[in-house]
Amino acid sequence: MDLLVTMLVPLIMAGVALYAMARRVDVYDALVQGAGEGLGVLLRIVPSLVALLTAVYMLRASGALELAAQALSPLLSALGIPPETVALLLVRPVSGSAALGVGAELITAYGPDSLVGRTAAVMLGSTETTFYTIAVYFGAAGIAKTRYAVPAALCADLAGFLAAAWAVRVVFY
Amino acid sequence: MAMAVLWTGMVAASILCGLAMGNGPAVAAAAMEGAAAAVELCLSMAGMLCLWMGVMEVMKRSGLSEGLSRLLRPVLKRLYPDFAGDRAVMDNISANVSANLLGLGNAATPLGVQAARLMSRRTPGTASDSLCMLVVCNTASIQLIPTTVASVRQAAGCAAPFDILPAVWLASALSVAAGITAAKVLARLWRG
Repeated sequence: MDLLVTMLVPLIMAGVALYAMARRVDVYDALVQGAGEGLGVLLRIVPSLVALLTAVYMLRASGALELAAQALSPLLSALGIPPETVALLLVRPVSGSAALGVGAELITAYGPDSLVGRTAAVMLGSTETTFYTIAVYFGAAGIAKTRYAVPAALCADLAGFLAAAWAVRVVFY
Repeated sequence: MAMAVLWTGMVAASILCGLAMGNGPAVAAAAMEGAAAAVELCLSMAGMLCLWMGVMEVMKRSGLSEGLSRLLRPVLKRLYPDFAGDRAVMDNISANVSANLLGLGNAATPLGVQAARLMSRRTPGTASDSLCMLVVCNTASIQLIPTTVASVRQAAGCAAPFDILPAVWLASALSVAAGITAAKVLARLWRG
């Protein structure tokens, strides 16, 4: 099982390439074009990460994040969520780039293989920028009465955070 | 404007809190470090992110999305019973879900938005139960391979950046299940 997870990335790459070859797709051309688009994605996230990591670094150095973590720590610990991730929880539904900034800072500061680093990574990987998505969909469809969409979506977010903390403990510890 | 408030608030709060707690010099140093750290992070993420965007392009061109969306259709018809007979809506929803699974976010959003537009014609201005379900499902992440997070972990010196995959799948599945359950329950309770 461990070997399978470790080998997953090269196996997916090979599997996709073989399937694409069988469908007569120019695999190399597609790969290079996609990689080029990756550079575009990076260029788009650099400016917002520069702005947000500056603010996140300042916030951490000031001690404000520790204060917030301490204040919410009894509640979060009772729920099984590492209190250090408090800023990520608050910012995740609101802004994707801010969440990436906060998450990246946690992963770097605590280490990618620490409990906090892993929990932050799983939280980032298993939740979405809820309010942005709601705005895009309802805006495009001209919906003013959103009924229960927001509470239901926030339920999914909360469940995602709880499940992320739980899944990391089950899988790794 | 929301981001302007958030950013300004973060900077102002860190100066106030830093001064109050005697961490003023640390805040000043951090203000110089953050921007450089962001560029370094992006540079060390670049290789892996580009590679995965390449693999995703191969998936897209080989028709993997279409195959997946055919597999998903029977399940999705049960999730959107009101639109099970509406070919255009179901086509868009299943393509939206398969693009989301493969991490093709740029392709997924227009498809989902198109489905939302078509669905809203029956109940102009008000979100029907099915439309709420579509939005809730799109606010939960179901990406099978979270590329960006894995590249951040790799940039931080992780030897096996994808070892979080089983945990991510578990958490995503539970989050989607909770969203669908909440939408189903609220659909019965909500008045108006």
